[in-house]
Amino acid sequence: MKSQDNRPLSPHLQIYRLPFAAILSITHRATGVILSLAALSMIWVLTAAASGAESYLAIHVHFASWYGQIFLIGVTLSLYIHLCNGIRHLFWDAGLGFELETAAISAKAAIAAAVVLTSATWLIALNVG
Amino acid sequence: MSDLRTPLSRVKGLGSAKEGTTHFWRQRLTALILIPLALCFGFGLAAMPVDYTTLIATIQHPAVTVGLIILIIAVFYHAQLGLQVIIEDYVSTKSTRMVSLILITFLCLLLGVIGVVAILKIALGA
Repeated sequence: MKSQDNRPLSPHLQIYRLPFAAILSITHRATGVILSLAALSMIWVLTAAASGAESYLAIHVHFASWYGQIFLIGVTLSLYIHLCNGIRHLFWDAGLGFELETAAISAKAAIAAAVVLTSATWLIALNVG
Repeated sequence: MSDLRTPLSRVKGLGSAKEGTTHFWRQRLTALILIPLALCFGFGLAAMPVDYTTLIATIQHPAVTVGLIILIIAVFYHAQLGLQVIIEDYVSTKSTRMVSLILITFLCLLLGVIGVVAILKIALGA
């Protein structure tokens, strides 16, 4: 066993610094899971609204609270990250944007667009609300 | 040159199921329809007061009813396809994998149908 201790190891997840494109790739999956949970909560709200004003109000209180608002902001950001990076994936599927430089630029553009869309959505929401 | 298949594959007798790109393609189709729908949903919801009366009146508008139903079907179809890939990638125990795949599929179907029924109930004013 001792002779194996000094064998060279290939870089693994805790040591190897992931390139930005790889971080965005796993973020795409993570936001997908978050959005599945958000879809679950959307069904929750819809069934409450379908049951009447009282049951809707009982749920609305949670979404209007500070933790509800944090959840909604997180969901909004996840939605736009998944949407913008998804469009990036669709371009790849069409065979476009595979060069490393282009992929690096589009990764940053996707995140920037997601932040802008999230800010815009919440600026509108807070002005209406 | 006769047969390029391995002896094992010949014995198993499992050929192509002829649906290699189906999952991929449906994931992309639902993604495509969700781009405009998600943007409309996000900004539309942000731009309206979310009290009960306004919400019900908005859902009852035919264009919103249709849009929401398509959104819900596309969302849960897309979610099922995506969660399936995540489970297939990370759950390697055969039984656990099969059970989670079945659960995810049933759950997405159930939630989608509940959502559509809720919207129809509101839209038809029942």
